[in-house]
Amino acid sequence: MDRVPLERKVLSENDRIAAELRARFQEHGVLCLNIISSPGSGKTSLLERTLEALPPHDRVAVLTGDIQTENDADRLKRFHFPVKQITTGGTCHLDARMIERHLADWRLEDLDLLLIENVGNLVCPSSYDLGEAAKIVVLSVTEGEDKPLKYPSIFFKSDLLVLSKIDLLPYVPFDIEAAAENARKVHPEMEIVKVSCLNRHGLHEWMMWLAERRRAHKPLVQQTAS
Amino acid sequence: MHEMGIANSVLEAVRTEMGLHPGTYPCKVGVRIGELAAIDQDALRFCFEAIIHETDLKSLQLGIELCPRRHRCQLCGCEFIVRDYDSSCPQCASLKTTCISGDELELAYLEVEEYGSSTFGAKSSQRERPHRG
Repeated sequence: MDRVPLERKVLSENDRIAAELRARFQEHGVLCLNIISSPGSGKTSLLERTLEALPPHDRVAVLTGDIQTENDADRLKRFHFPVKQITTGGTCHLDARMIERHLADWRLEDLDLLLIENVGNLVCPSSYDLGEAAKIVVLSVTEGEDKPLKYPSIFFKSDLLVLSKIDLLPYVPFDIEAAAENARKVHPEMEIVKVSCLNRHGLHEWMMWLAERRRAHKPLVQQTAS
Repeated sequence: MHEMGIANSVLEAVRTEMGLHPGTYPCKVGVRIGELAAIDQDALRFCFEAIIHETDLKSLQLGIELCPRRHRCQLCGCEFIVRDYDSSCPQCASLKTTCISGDELELAYLEVEEYGSSTFGAKSSQRERPHRG
């Protein structure tokens, strides 16, 4: 019996494609963000409010993932930015190859920001690198403040927590401070914004975070290019 | 539930690796799974068994090593296992600690046996699947 050391990642093929994507994003100065949440937490609503607030000639595109239907892409196309639906046909997450395939006929040099809406799922998307600069996790106030402790992987790997549907706080027993505290237990440096896509409270903070990320990404890209 | 995809990737890696070891067959593949990797080991075992069933790799065993979340203190350098999400340093109580492991999803090793070795016949018959009652 011989034992052969393998010492490589199980998802090394996905990671290889993700690394290629990351290099391409970097080369063309594209900030790529991977947005993850349970189904129904408000990822698409957050994107609607985001696209609505961006200037019409902004160089932004969206890839949106779902198991079935083009519904999300239809909702997001109303804002006249390039939007493509990725229907996975059953797979519970997006992987790097799907991103590569769906980017094939877009020119990255025409983009500054690529927003990826992952399939609604707090577990599996956390294992698949898509070449993004950061992951963002959305948690709505109807879900329970202990979600960061129950699903630590995605909260650990995300730079930003968007607490959504805060307009519902008067009607649900959700302790928003406990949710923030739980998120910081798992990830002490977690940044947090609280938003309502319905009455638009907190959206300014989210847009500021996004603008700051875009600003910080640019000089980084220019430095690498020079 | 992406354990099926993970099980498939493990099996693909085994098949690729076996190309490098002619004259042998794989007995056991070892994987390392971190606490933060979001993998359920029972689900992974279930999926793995399901995809090797009735294939030439049906006797392949899966070894799983679970890895805890480990942090290193930025101040005193102490390395420790994080329990109950308490990532403060047990030595100096600093909150500035960095995660150094715990999100592994890695192939660790593959055990191979030469065809025609004395244990081959015994092993494959031992690992026949029991009939369902």
